[in-house]
Amino acid sequence: MTTGYQIVVCGGIVPDPLQTLDPVANPAGPTIKNEMMLPAVLDPWAAHALYEAAHLAKATPGSKVWLVSLGPKAKLQQVMMTVAQKVPFELVALDGQAGGFTDTYEVAALLAGAIQAIPGLDRSRLLVFGGWESASRGAGATLQMVGERLHVLDQFQGVDRLAIAADGSFQILERIEGGRHQVSTCAGPPAVLGWATGSLPEPPNNSQVGMANMRTVMPALHRAKPAKVGAEGVTFARVSLPSQRRDTRIVKDLPVGEIAREIVAWITGA
Amino acid sequence: MEILRTLPGDDVRQILWRFADRYDLQMLVQSARSVARGPVARLVAEGARNSHAWTDQKASLLKAFDESGITGLFMDPEQGGFIEGPKNLALALVAFELSWVDGGAATSSLAGNLALAPIHERGTPEQRDTYMRRAMPPQPDEDRQIWRGAFALTEPLPYVGVETGLLSGRVRIAEWVEGKEPLLQVEKRGRFITNMGFANFVTAAVDSGDERIKGSCMVILEETDPGMFDRGAATRKLVHQLSSTGDPVFSLRVRASRIIGGYTVKDGVLVPRYSHGEIIEAVFRRTRVTVGLMTSAKLLSAVEPVIRYQRGRFRGGETITPGSPRYELGLQQKEDVLQRLIDVWATGEAGASLGFAAARLFDELDPLERAKDEIFARQGIGGGSAQMKALRRLQKDALEFLALSAKPAGERDAALEADPLVRFLLLDSLANVLCPACKLWNTGYGATVMREAVSLMGGYGITEDCPGFLGHKWMDAQLEATYEGPEAVQRRQLSLTMVNELFLEQFRMWIGEMREIAWRRPGTGACTLATAMEVWRWTLAHLQRATDADGAKLYHGTRQGVTFPLADALCWLLASRQQILDVLELEAKGPDNPVVAEGLAGLISFLTDLCHVQSARAAGEVGRICAELVHGYNRHPTWDGEGCGTSCGLGELDPLASFVPGVAGPAGGALEGSGHVRPHPPKAGPCVRFDGLEEFVRLRLRLDGCLTGARLAKDRAAAQLTTVMIPEALDYPQ
Ligand SMILES: Cc1cc2nc3c(=O)[nH]c(=O)nc-3n(C[C@H](O)[C@H](O)[C@H](O)COP(=O)(O)OP(=O)(O)OC[C@H]3O[C@@H](n4cnc5c(N)ncnc54)[C@H](O)[C@@H]3O)c2cc1C
Repeated sequence: MTTGYQIVVCGGIVPDPLQTLDPVANPAGPTIKNEMMLPAVLDPWAAHALYEAAHLAKATPGSKVWLVSLGPKAKLQQVMMTVAQKVPFELVALDGQAGGFTDTYEVAALLAGAIQAIPGLDRSRLLVFGGWESASRGAGATLQMVGERLHVLDQFQGVDRLAIAADGSFQILERIEGGRHQVSTCAGPPAVLGWATGSLPEPPNNSQVGMANMRTVMPALHRAKPAKVGAEGVTFARVSLPSQRRDTRIVKDLPVGEIAREIVAWITGA
Repeated sequence: MEILRTLPGDDVRQILWRFADRYDLQMLVQSARSVARGPVARLVAEGARNSHAWTDQKASLLKAFDESGITGLFMDPEQGGFIEGPKNLALALVAFELSWVDGGAATSSLAGNLALAPIHERGTPEQRDTYMRRAMPPQPDEDRQIWRGAFALTEPLPYVGVETGLLSGRVRIAEWVEGKEPLLQVEKRGRFITNMGFANFVTAAVDSGDERIKGSCMVILEETDPGMFDRGAATRKLVHQLSSTGDPVFSLRVRASRIIGGYTVKDGVLVPRYSHGEIIEAVFRRTRVTVGLMTSAKLLSAVEPVIRYQRGRFRGGETITPGSPRYELGLQQKEDVLQRLIDVWATGEAGASLGFAAARLFDELDPLERAKDEIFARQGIGGGSAQMKALRRLQKDALEFLALSAKPAGERDAALEADPLVRFLLLDSLANVLCPACKLWNTGYGATVMREAVSLMGGYGITEDCPGFLGHKWMDAQLEATYEGPEAVQRRQLSLTMVNELFLEQFRMWIGEMREIAWRRPGTGACTLATAMEVWRWTLAHLQRATDADGAKLYHGTRQGVTFPLADALCWLLASRQQILDVLELEAKGPDNPVVAEGLAGLISFLTDLCHVQSARAAGEVGRICAELVHGYNRHPTWDGEGCGTSCGLGELDPLASFVPGVAGPAGGALEGSGHVRPHPPKAGPCVRFDGLEEFVRLRLRLDGCLTGARLAKDRAAAQLTTVMIPEALDYPQ
């Protein structure tokens, strides 16, 4: 019997955060202006999940990591040129719309279907990882629905740490209100973990890893089936970016106490 | 009208520069970019460029290069590398990415390859195996130190610089026991040697100082060899400060097996297989392309920061309200700043197109060159002049191949088409022109245009705080124009290679190609370019025949005043042509990629306008240079000389009178200051006649006419700069 885990990471792509993100309406619903042309990155939350998955896989011999990603194939390919150099994984690609304006329900159904279709996947060793939310839509709903569809009922959200005890049980730290963590124990796989940031840095690019991954990444992209997602029947009443508030004053030589007093006054609205 | 929506992204560049199907290269680009815009940019922002010394902080970059695959890139898979086959394009892309942020970082990485290049190109299998493996960063399971190298050719004054034959470095026989490998004593002083602060080995050019050694060679010196391995003082350079440069002194004893490429013994004399000249020729013809691309990267990197500066210039002012043109457009309300940025952008595109085309050409040429060497070896034809002779014999076949290549497939000569030697000759004749052209034009003219970019940032441009480090980049470009052979070296090489019949025949065919493109896509400026190419070709042929006023030959090696400007003119044409070809490639392949397809129409129309702007500029340069050369060596006729009767008449001058008072004044007046009474009607001066004048004038006139629309293209392109979407912030620190 294998002791390794089969870790499936769900991760989408989002526009590079340095780009100008300007929501615009078009007949099919809202989009980000020029979204297709803007450079994209792996969703940062999902990226943390991927690094954690690779770390766990490395520490647990016999493990394997898949990355299941739904996005426009050509954009996914560009993102893979960086992501594939980070950690070893096998890609499962779905060719469809990505972004904040697709229906979570449809996305979850497609991701769950893709996971079920992975040949030889052993449910008893299955860990479904992903971001507890995404940078394009902070709803935190997708991963839960993926878990439900796969009948994986042990679910954890806002995970910052997964520790494995000698008996194979998991100790999981989830973020809760007030900057604190909730500690849970779980008997073992299968489980769904929606990651917050975890604690691992972004791995440096490694060309050898990249070349190895590419052997499966490129065929997976060629194979990627068109996946219909959207928001049919949904009407968006209003779309806007979170407003940015920035009041800058340049003041020289202000004593620290004075700065602190100002900040407190600002927070308390005094 | 379709508009330029965003700055061209990776997907677009991959098609333009033809690596859309090379994911190994696409990954490499991302890797190099993360090093450039991460650790490299942070170092520059922290002020690491402010010292000459090689510091730990700077050394940390070498580790970043190792970890990201940049160091190992040069190696073949069997040596631990990860890219199969020729790597010219790969190395070019890395240099481009690194110098997008800092040229010194690029130099640091490239100098290691330069040190290995003599071994890679001409080393014995054992030398290649040993040093390439040592220079490969260790894998996690390996317990060894990486070796880094330096390339030492240049010597303290008055020795090697542009003149690479003036070697003072010497190699002598220290000990030669019958039947054993000789021991050599090597004396070499270097000047401006990159990587010297940390190199573990050096590939050094030396001449024989012993009658038992024939000619010059290159030798490998190691830091632990017996004798002196003095790294010397750090060069107080003003540029590329993230690289290490110094003036080393070596006095070392090494085995003769360190001679690069090996040696034979003939009548008691040690004969190196390759002279230092042969080795550096093989090395530089590849590495110089990469240097050319470094400057082009700088120009293209300037576009985004300049647009951001221009747009935001007046924001925050009390009376400047959001929504007002001053707030939204800032300096972009002014036509000049937009048009100058178009010049910067167009030059960057043209240079990049030329450089990447040259790099790809070498990727194609490398295997053919090996095939050629194998064929010659089988035929018992050695290196050097024997090969040259054999190749000259094949020149006719290659010309015949070219003549047939225009015919339909069935009528061509299949044997010629498949002959690797013929293909080698053709590509080689192009490489011999494209490489120096790219190094010369991209860096030399690029440095001039980089100054424009700096100007567009105002005072900010020449401070360390300038976003995109543009001031640094301007200065750095000057080094790129100097090291690995300054402009004079490239011009000298071009003046020989551009008159090769094989090149000229291909160039002639390119004129037809441009005419055909002009017919399909007149907006590209291909028409202008085709005419400018004709002017250049005509001028070259004319100068090869004509003599100056004193009867001296014009096109001659010693007449750099003739050959060098003509070489410059050619570069403009080559860059512009490749820029047009790349845009056509994008137009053809772009629709297949959904990411590129979106917004493609606007992008193509913008890039087409850039081509037109650039080709008009190229045509202007070519016209100016050619006119000066064609006319400038004829002595101006005097009134009593032969030209007198053919001078322009008063009628031609009259219209000028309204602009230049007195120019059509009373006949027979005194020649100013001469004291003579004028025997002629007053005019500007006697005019010139020479053989071929009519043809030249006809071409020149046509060239002027071909500029039609170029300024409209510039206006259109400039307008796009006011609306194109740019990121919120630069993706590297400042
Ligand atoms: C930062 C830096 C790093 C370098 N790294 C290396 C390195 O790693 N290894 C190495 O070997 N070298 C290196 N060099 C040396 C560099 O390649 C030389 O400086 C360069 O080749 C020019 O030689 P020179 O300085 O002696 O110029 P000179 O030979 O004195 O030439 C000066 C100028 O005179 C004119 N000129 C000279 N000869 C001719 C001619 N025949 N025809 C027409 N005009 C001519 C040209 O305008 C030329 O630019 C480096 C230089 C610098 C500044």
